[in-house]
Amino acid sequence: MARVRTGVRVVGAVLAAVLGASLAGCSSTGGKRAEERARAAEAGRPAVSTPRWTFAMVTHAGDGDTFWDIVQKGAKEAAAKDNINFVYAHDDQAQQQAQFVQNAIDQKVDGIVVSLAKPEALKDVLAKAAKAGIPVITVNSGSAQSAEYGALTHIGQDEVIAGEAVGTELNERGRKRAVCVLHEQGNVGHEQRCAGAKKTFSGTMENLYVEGTNMPSVQASIQAQLQADPSIDAIVTLGAPFAPTAIKAKDAAGSKAEVDTFDLNASVARDLKSGALGFAVDQQPYLQGYEAIDLLWLYRYNANVLGGGRPVLTGPQIVTADEAAKLEEYIKRGSR
Amino acid sequence: MSTTAPADGLDERLAPTSALRKLLARPELGSVVGAVAVFVFFSIAAPSFLQASSLSTVLYSASTIGIMAAPVALLMIGGEFDLSAGVMVTTSALVSSMFSYQMTANVWVGVGVSLLVTLAIGFFNGFMLTRTKLPSFIITLGTFLMLTGLNLGFTKLITGTVSTKTIADMEGFASARALFASQWNIGSVTLKVTILWWFAIVAVATWILLRTRAGNWIFAVGGGADAARATGVPVVKTRIGLYMGVALCAWISGQHILFSFDVVQSGEGVGNEFLYIIAAVIGGCLMTGGYGSAIGSAVGAFIFGMTSNGIVYAQWNPDWFKFFLGAMLLLATLLNAWVRKRAEASK
Repeated sequence: MARVRTGVRVVGAVLAAVLGASLAGCSSTGGKRAEERARAAEAGRPAVSTPRWTFAMVTHAGDGDTFWDIVQKGAKEAAAKDNINFVYAHDDQAQQQAQFVQNAIDQKVDGIVVSLAKPEALKDVLAKAAKAGIPVITVNSGSAQSAEYGALTHIGQDEVIAGEAVGTELNERGRKRAVCVLHEQGNVGHEQRCAGAKKTFSGTMENLYVEGTNMPSVQASIQAQLQADPSIDAIVTLGAPFAPTAIKAKDAAGSKAEVDTFDLNASVARDLKSGALGFAVDQQPYLQGYEAIDLLWLYRYNANVLGGGRPVLTGPQIVTADEAAKLEEYIKRGSR
Repeated sequence: MSTTAPADGLDERLAPTSALRKLLARPELGSVVGAVAVFVFFSIAAPSFLQASSLSTVLYSASTIGIMAAPVALLMIGGEFDLSAGVMVTTSALVSSMFSYQMTANVWVGVGVSLLVTLAIGFFNGFMLTRTKLPSFIITLGTFLMLTGLNLGFTKLITGTVSTKTIADMEGFASARALFASQWNIGSVTLKVTILWWFAIVAVATWILLRTRAGNWIFAVGGGADAARATGVPVVKTRIGLYMGVALCAWISGQHILFSFDVVQSGEGVGNEFLYIIAAVIGGCLMTGGYGSAIGSAVGAFIFGMTSNGIVYAQWNPDWFKFFLGAMLLLATLLNAWVRKRAEASK
């Protein structure tokens, strides 16, 4: 063991040396300091004097999902403004998600926001919420089941309509042969997006499934598809993090295809501005979180319901180079 | 053992063996046959598979698995698993990126800190294993879960979102990218630097395994730790060394991901540990330890690269993608086992 302990000491010494060196080895470009310099402080104070209600949000987001992070941010900011105690839980397993909704009911919350990626699994527990008199708003997915399950309204993007917007946009750009890159096999929303795009696209479109948790493999798969069929002139990715990877794959394969994507992030904004990306379809996740909380508040405060029994659509909004410049700052702070 | 000496009076163990026999005894022979079979299969099934540019894509795909499969193979020969290898790659990329960003430090500082952190995780795995005597399955499963949580928790805590901020505009990025993620265009072919890393790692691993004392230790520890200890093999040191080897390669792999994709998502890497183990097993490593080779892991990674991309080149209905992948891997492994059995029988 003596040798092991010496090893620990050596590692510690080296670590200390590196930490010391890091103070000297500063970067004069980029980094946190640059961000801090650029960012103005924003305060989040309640704008109303209604009682401090508790609203729970339970989604089907997996760990570390960029999209749901923005939804959550929207919800949190609305909660701060509306004097709401906001609680959030998520799990990509429907059974666990239902359990979290049950927990919220047990805590007698004043409102529940829930996403219905697998509606059937949540049917029973939503009936319990209705019985307990807790207002429910569904977000993102489940527009078809929302009213049936007793929700006040649904806020989200219809995936098929979003897909159709992509097909139309591709037509306008004179594309003939497209690939729809799905990074999660078996995700209904992804299938609907590609199916919607296929419906309105006048050229041919194929689906390509990639391993979303393994970026090098995503790149290799897209590269392989482009090499197998050089006539492909459009690649559509379904998530923002996959767009820069598709651009790399396209460059490596020597293809002239245009890369387009669903959702936004900082690199998408950068690539839109530089022209490396054609367009991005935003379903405005911030709005899904913000509106859900705000509408629950409105219902509690004023018995208002929005949508008239129909889903309130938050997208699709097509973002191109022009809008990207304007939105870049908002994307950086994580609200777009 | 036979008591009758051969006619020429030499001990049978010292009798010269033919080159063919030597070849048949190699652990990777089965996987080479499998690789040739997969290669021929896709050459016929997919017209674009044989293009030089396609092969470079396959090689890139194989290299990203192979860089990790080689140390994992060594670890398996030493009789242990590492289920944390997949997320450790992501951890290493996250640490470099976030350290550089938060400290506004030169990118190379983050790269150095990441090396230390990753090696420390490898050391932790090996140290816990030898200290607690728990199975490596449990120890590294614990590390896997902890790292998955830390990756997400720290990223969220520090950056406020689930992916890192871009560090592409920071000092040192260009030179680090040159080392970890550069590429050369030769006509229509793009060769990635990971392929060089891969070959180098396999060469070093093979040298360690076959030409050094440490190599003997690895085989001995995997064959039977108690017997090895009795003959004076430093079992603890060997095991910790093997886990740190995996960590070192996870660091290389992680830096590649960081510098080629610029932004790292905290949820990545989960499940990749199995790909490394699969590549090592196809390459002839036994699940029980004591047998296998580093070159075999490279062939296994190559089979994986051919299969996952060949399916795309063949333009098969993608609904069946995972099924094809699984069937190909199973067939390759069966063929591998069959060839090995024949090889052993012919001895």
